[in-house]
Amino acid sequence: MLDIGLGHYLTVGAILFVLGVFGIFLNRKNIIVILMSVELILLSVNLNLVAFSARLGDLTGQIFAMFILTVAAAEAAIGLAIVVIYFRNRGSIEVEDVSTLKG
Amino acid sequence: MIAGLAFYAFAAVLIASAVMVVTSRNPVHSVLFLILGFFNAAALFLIAGAEFLAMILVIVYVGAVAVLFLFVVMMLDIDFAQLRQGFQRYAPIGAVIGGILFLELVFVLGAWQSSGQSEGLRLNPTPADVQNTAAIGRVLYTEYVFLFQAAGLILLVAMIGAIVLTHRDRPRSRRQDIDAQVSRRTQLDMANVPVGASIGQLGILRPLPPEQPKPKAVAQDHGDHGHGGHH
Repeated sequence: MLDIGLGHYLTVGAILFVLGVFGIFLNRKNIIVILMSVELILLSVNLNLVAFSARLGDLTGQIFAMFILTVAAAEAAIGLAIVVIYFRNRGSIEVEDVSTLKG
Repeated sequence: MIAGLAFYAFAAVLIASAVMVVTSRNPVHSVLFLILGFFNAAALFLIAGAEFLAMILVIVYVGAVAVLFLFVVMMLDIDFAQLRQGFQRYAPIGAVIGGILFLELVFVLGAWQSSGQSEGLRLNPTPADVQNTAAIGRVLYTEYVFLFQAAGLILLVAMIGAIVLTHRDRPRSRRQDIDAQVSRRTQLDMANVPVGASIGQLGILRPLPPEQPKPKAVAQDHGDHGHGGHH
């Protein structure tokens, strides 16, 4: 029970992933919390990659996790910039108000 | 033994803080729980033997991304109570979809098994003689150097994109407008300045007042039409 194997890490990753998806549904209106849920999902993916890397003795998983970290940081920066200018223009960040491009 | 207990403790705190991120009322609390969760995930990385990634996670996520979230949450003046309407309405849908997803993941976890050839299929086997950071550096700067450069490019594009999106020109700022400055005087005066004369004797040359619009030329040939007829 106390020997930590791949299954433990994958379970934690699965729970984190499901919590992130659940958070997207739960906070349908608050786009900042949706972005945080996306960060949780990416963290669970990183956890899986690192666990497999440790189990298989292969460094490629850690390299891949680093690139995911890079993309996640870029995504957060761009997403928050869009939130800021959207709030400046409309005075609200409700996701359901975002229908300007709907035509 | 100790590592096992530490794993359970860190995993429990990680999952609890993830739950709090998703369900807490105040987004500032959500961000703070996100930071706690990242710290615990870094500890899990340490237990798995990925020290470099653990440090990167703390530096990049806790130091940059989470603080960015905190800035944005505190900077925007948002009525968060109003944003939470429909919280209960969407909870059952989210729970159902999350439950289905979790069941599927558990099925995959139960049915999955590693290939017997996985030992020979390793792309970059972990070297036994160097530490984790040095090993990652050896692989990252040789085999994946182009991907590394591409990652830098992605970060550059994100930086420029964020600046372009949020930057706005302030009309208050006073810039030098050389065109207006040069075309200010329409007439050029050559002054004959005696040697040793100062401003006190000459007076300050003021710019000419802007030219008044000329009055309309009075029509000379009045009476051709209209009220003509008395000559």
